[in-house]
Amino acid sequence: MRKVKSISDLEKWKKYIISKQKQYEMVVSVCGGTGCSAYGCQNVKEAFQRELRRKKIGEKVALKYTGCPGFCEKGPLVTIHPQNIFYQRVKAEDVPLIISETVQNGRRVDQLLFEDPVLHKKIASSQDIPFYRAQMRLLLRNNDLIDPTLIEDYVALGGYQSLAKALFYMKPEEIIEEIKASCLKGRGGAGYPTGKKWENCRKAPGEAKYVICNCDEGDPGAFMDRSLLEGNPHSILEGMLIGAYAIGANQGFVYVRQEYPLAHKNAEIAIKQARRTGFLGKNILSSGFDFDVETAKGGGAFVCGESTALIASIEGKVGEPRSKQIHTVTQGLWGKPTNLNNVETWANVPLIIQRGSKWFSSIGTEKSKGTKIFSLVGKVKNTGLVEVPMGITLKEIIFDIGGGPQNGKRIKAVQTGGPSGGCIPASLFDLPVDFDSLKQVGSMMGSGGMIVMDEGTCMVDVAKYFVNFLKEESCGKCLSCREGLKRMGEILNGITEGEGNGESLELLEELAQVVADTSLCGLGKTAPNPVLSALRYFRSEFEDHIQRKKCPAAVCTHLIQFSISEENCTGCGACKKVCPTQAITGEKKQIHSIRNEICSKCGSCKDICKANAVMVQ
Amino acid sequence: MDFRHVDTIIGKHQEKRTALISILHDIQNRYNHLPEEALRRVALRLQMDPNDIYGVATFYKSFSLTSRGKHSITLCLGTACHVRRGPKILTEISRQLNVKPGQTTKDNMFYLQVVNCLGVCAIGPVMVVDGEYYGEVNSIKAKRIIDKLNKKRGRVNS
Repeated sequence: MRKVKSISDLEKWKKYIISKQKQYEMVVSVCGGTGCSAYGCQNVKEAFQRELRRKKIGEKVALKYTGCPGFCEKGPLVTIHPQNIFYQRVKAEDVPLIISETVQNGRRVDQLLFEDPVLHKKIASSQDIPFYRAQMRLLLRNNDLIDPTLIEDYVALGGYQSLAKALFYMKPEEIIEEIKASCLKGRGGAGYPTGKKWENCRKAPGEAKYVICNCDEGDPGAFMDRSLLEGNPHSILEGMLIGAYAIGANQGFVYVRQEYPLAHKNAEIAIKQARRTGFLGKNILSSGFDFDVETAKGGGAFVCGESTALIASIEGKVGEPRSKQIHTVTQGLWGKPTNLNNVETWANVPLIIQRGSKWFSSIGTEKSKGTKIFSLVGKVKNTGLVEVPMGITLKEIIFDIGGGPQNGKRIKAVQTGGPSGGCIPASLFDLPVDFDSLKQVGSMMGSGGMIVMDEGTCMVDVAKYFVNFLKEESCGKCLSCREGLKRMGEILNGITEGEGNGESLELLEELAQVVADTSLCGLGKTAPNPVLSALRYFRSEFEDHIQRKKCPAAVCTHLIQFSISEENCTGCGACKKVCPTQAITGEKKQIHSIRNEICSKCGSCKDICKANAVMVQ
Repeated sequence: MDFRHVDTIIGKHQEKRTALISILHDIQNRYNHLPEEALRRVALRLQMDPNDIYGVATFYKSFSLTSRGKHSITLCLGTACHVRRGPKILTEISRQLNVKPGQTTKDNMFYLQVVNCLGVCAIGPVMVVDGEYYGEVNSIKAKRIIDKLNKKRGRVNS
């Protein structure tokens, strides 16, 4: 690894790396993200290593362990470049075939290709797969080309060029103007204009200033920040470097939640490499600008995603938010001006500097510019990370990219914005997605989680889930949040257990209002959103629980009963074997039945039944 | 208590108060929990009030003041895992191991914890056993994973 001391050094190094890479005729990219790890991508990578060694073709074929290409559901994913052949659900056993067929003979292995669910045609290249076709991948574009532990891969693709441009061809004020002109808004949830935040921090009095990257992605169901930091950590560092130069900061922190061990590890490696090559440290590229970054680890507290709580956590304190009467851009970390942005926001910065604010603001809607990464998860066919231009409709995301419902069920809602957001009913799926439109319908953009719900999801249960989630995560500072959420949870628990009465919903709404009005930080202020939006669009489900004592989605255990269909039961005995309470009776090859008085309603029988004979009412 | 390991950890973080959470993570990784003596040592070395350290150690969910079991089982109950019937899996594991989340089995073998999101939502429900991720788990798969660990342990014992 060499020390890069000037722009020409960077240019020379880039050329050198590219010439080195040219010796390889082919590149095999194996996804090494956390999602694919669960499916055993480590074994696939090792199988490739063995096979390349055995066939002595390691000099011609490069093997890369990359970041996440997003289609986690089909993992482990393998892409062969430059042909761009996309293999999914690859197992270690498939590797010799890929090597002998694709790598050595240029033939495709059909059984590993993605099959179009409608036309039943095999699709070879990722950009032709419906999941990728409608996407606009700007931030995620390099994830499957880069080994996140090698700075060379990033530099070869034009990495740190934006930094060089910013340091030598732009004044700090010009950078801020450029970011302002791009209309980039913070991707963490609130959507505050990034350029304005930077300007405020630059103007704040004080010598020492800090920049922070918030990777405390606590919203359940969201993982774009993890994938970005895990898969392309140098792009985040480059964004922070440019921001720090514009603001006048010399020290930065990357705050990573403890649940993301790989993201933390890759960030640490990237920082070390950037220091060694001179992109971090003193006199960067001989520009006279000094900047260094450290990582800080969270401790499993959701509230630490809030800026003031996060700052307290970096200081080594309990993560309690404070009043924001004085903004963190004036008094943040150790009382010094601090600019905090989310991972995805930072990742946008090098792109804007490189391609210009005009280009950036040509993407998206009138008030929301650029792309947004969503994590499309839940009850939808294709799950994974989806990067789309702002303004695309929910329908396009869920049906065109996501492929619609699983198992032929009806999709009834999508939850966005995490515990601060709300559920949007299917009747509003023509809504273009941007910061303002989601707010108008009672939800919010949030960090980008999109959890699809179908008729098997109970909206009362979802509302209860979020309230209980926030009750546990409330730091306890404000009484209304601490006690109010507890009471709301009790009311919702009661409703799901069949104990709701005529006053429950009214009381719930009243409490929700008080919690929203009287809490200090965003956690409490937005806490009632999931409940209020569920009540707004799915009130009849609440009423079914209260008046008819029924759960239409068959989720709330107190209100449901399991039974076995005599018509469908084959008497295989699988359900009887898995039943934890021995509630199932019946001889082999005879129709089985469930004794309701001892059934624990765990649903194991339904999971294992191949004949679809277990019914829930 | 021998403070050598604690001192090494504190030294690794250059005795910085900012690194308190990282120091506590490292201590917990070494001892499986946060022993009181170790926390007192940290207070002394970082020149902090032990009360403040106790506050931090009890505020953040990832820390435990009591010993945890040999194997750690983490079940994700984020929204995506929740709507894909994660809670049913929890009921099954709790029943099988006879522990509630946050508890260790009587034989000190399994520590069960529930987290609010591991960020692997696309393949939920997700379960992590000793750092290894499992996707698309259901109650039957979870039972098999635990049975396998139990069997392994049976072999070691006999």
